[in-house]
Amino acid sequence: MARTPTATGNAARSAGRRPPRVRRREARRSGSVALTALTGLVLVYTLLPLAWLLINATKTQQGLFDSFGLAFAEDFALVDNIADVLTQDDGIFLRWLLNTLLYVCVGAGGATLLAALAGYGLAKFAFPGRRAIFAVVIGAVAVPGTALAVPTFLMFSRLGLTNTPWAIIIPSLVSPFGLYLMWTFAAAAVPDELIESARVDGAGEFRTFFTVSAPLLAPGTITVLLFNVVATWNNYFLPLIMLKNPDWYPLTIGLKTWSQQAGTAGGEAIFHLVITGSLLTIVPLIAAFLLLQRYWQSGLSTGGVKE
Amino acid sequence: MALPRRALLVSAALSVCLLVTGCGAGDDRDSGGSPGAVSDADIEAALAAGGRITVWAWEPTLKQVVADFQDRYPNVTVDLVNAGTGNDQYTALQNAVTARSGVPDVAQVEYYALPQFVLSKALTDLTGYGADKLEATFTPGPWTAVRSGGGVHGLPMDSGPMALFYNKEVFDKHGLRVPTTWDEYVTEAEKLHRADPNAYITSDTGDAGFATSMIWQAGGRPYRVDGTSVGIDLADQGTRTFTATWQRLIDGKLLAPIVGWSDAWYKGLSDGTIATLVIGAWMPANLESGVQAASGKWRVAPMPQWEAGGSVTAENGGSSLAIPEQGANKTLAYAFLRYATVAEGAQTRTDRGAFPATTAQLNAPQFLDKEFPYFGGQQVNQVLAESAARVSPGWSYLPFQVYANSVFGDTVGRAYQGGTTLQDGLLAWQDVSVTYGRDQGFTIR
Repeated sequence: MARTPTATGNAARSAGRRPPRVRRREARRSGSVALTALTGLVLVYTLLPLAWLLINATKTQQGLFDSFGLAFAEDFALVDNIADVLTQDDGIFLRWLLNTLLYVCVGAGGATLLAALAGYGLAKFAFPGRRAIFAVVIGAVAVPGTALAVPTFLMFSRLGLTNTPWAIIIPSLVSPFGLYLMWTFAAAAVPDELIESARVDGAGEFRTFFTVSAPLLAPGTITVLLFNVVATWNNYFLPLIMLKNPDWYPLTIGLKTWSQQAGTAGGEAIFHLVITGSLLTIVPLIAAFLLLQRYWQSGLSTGGVKE
Repeated sequence: MALPRRALLVSAALSVCLLVTGCGAGDDRDSGGSPGAVSDADIEAALAAGGRITVWAWEPTLKQVVADFQDRYPNVTVDLVNAGTGNDQYTALQNAVTARSGVPDVAQVEYYALPQFVLSKALTDLTGYGADKLEATFTPGPWTAVRSGGGVHGLPMDSGPMALFYNKEVFDKHGLRVPTTWDEYVTEAEKLHRADPNAYITSDTGDAGFATSMIWQAGGRPYRVDGTSVGIDLADQGTRTFTATWQRLIDGKLLAPIVGWSDAWYKGLSDGTIATLVIGAWMPANLESGVQAASGKWRVAPMPQWEAGGSVTAENGGSSLAIPEQGANKTLAYAFLRYATVAEGAQTRTDRGAFPATTAQLNAPQFLDKEFPYFGGQQVNQVLAESAARVSPGWSYLPFQVYANSVFGDTVGRAYQGGTTLQDGLLAWQDVSVTYGRDQGFTIR
């Protein structure tokens, strides 16, 4: 399929110096049809699990066993399921939701603030050692968080911080990638002249940052925030090894304990609650994406075009 | 990631153990600085003084036990924490023990995992608390399990003598007989699958717990453990008896390719795809809560035998409550242990569907005569209790069974896809176990 446009192009070239318009357009059209089909395929592939989740969240435990995965069961139990999720184990799901929100607000929010401040500082202030910091940050981007989880666990257990929310929040505060993104973004988005004129007007550095530079940094900040929110919301391995008390679990770990209940002697299989709980878990993330979409898109494209 | 680390931990613990005890021949009783003797008066005093203990367990009936316990002893607070199920919990426990922080006061440990923790001296020997006098309290199978490695390293919470669970509706529909021997089991498996290509006698994709239980029943004793000296022989007569028969089911494609405990497995139990289960006595609770639609269809029969007319069974699953060596308030922890496993807690748990490890509960008429609507009014516990009395003695697990079970799928699992025979798969499993054991400093015979 991919060969078609090239083959047409070669034929056109050999036919004459300037290929006839019609043929070119045809080539473009067939290419675009192929692309559309491919995109459609990817779209279906992406949305299928989501559709499955939506459909199966409406089924009872028994309905799950009795019906085909992508068809609705006879009974529509979504409301019951949601109620059950919220009340199961004395309403611990709400506690997990609040925990996740706490980790996201303090962890991802703090990480974004720190990344913005540090990125801005590195971009706009010349001081010795800047290149070294740059090297460290780039190096840190390359290390996956999973590889750091076990050393972090050992360090935190020495400090007596495991099994506390701090064990999740403190590591979440560090976002090398966000810092790097803010750095490049600040370098392009905030003109030096603006900072200088603010200084001439007598503003302190922090005031300059928050009143003059921060609005200019907003698209980049939102992008970094979204990255951090998604990463913290989905964080699994770190809480898995840090936390043992279900009262501090985020949703990811909590749902896993529910799903594992099915696999133990005398345990209770609650697949329907796991599925409905998963659906509830992704709703806030989808909402965040839709709300922040405008900023996020403009943030992504920034720096892509030379002005 | 957890495995190499765990390997390190175990080997570190093991070398320490070797140093302390001089080639592993030491006496467990005086290890770890645990108090010499704690009298009943001391335990009562601890209960009166009160305090706070943390219990790591996933067993659902413990919730009620904890609530009752706190009502009875208002000065005591019990934090019941589900720190993960099975393997996850063991990893967490081992991590906490190594980090020397966050170790719970009480932990649920399955019988197959006990030797591993006992050997690394992670658990308190409860002999000093009077636990050694409890032999008559528990049925022999679970009692043997907690006595591994000398001393008593936990108190039995439940037990899993095996029985044949079968879907009577499926059996009636196709005119199958309830098999009393394994040969008949294979015959009925063929009949069933011929009659309905979607139905299978059972599902098996390779499950270490099931395979070892089957070998156990067949008289195989592949693991001989004496301190740090371990013998592994997965080619003994009992093992071969099991593989020869089970291989016929594999070759005939008579086993449903459904992974145990998955949602598909529950579905299969519900819709008749899986017609029987040979499994531990705790299964009724799982069926009742997980497969409600099949209510009234299932029945329980004695486990099929290797010899016609025999009556030998084995255990499958079951767990104990143990006290980690690093626990802070051991006397109070033991008080809770005793309450949950010997005293009122044992009854509470039995009433809520757990299969008891205590003879008193097991032989109580109200337990034996209880009719289960789920099983069509059958007095299921009579079959199960009889199985408990006929468990083949002399079985022991490896001191690194948790690791061995975790690599079962990589070795024996291939046999279920036709990559090798079951017997060769077990020999490959043996090789991996031997290598691992040697690396950990065990003497492998």
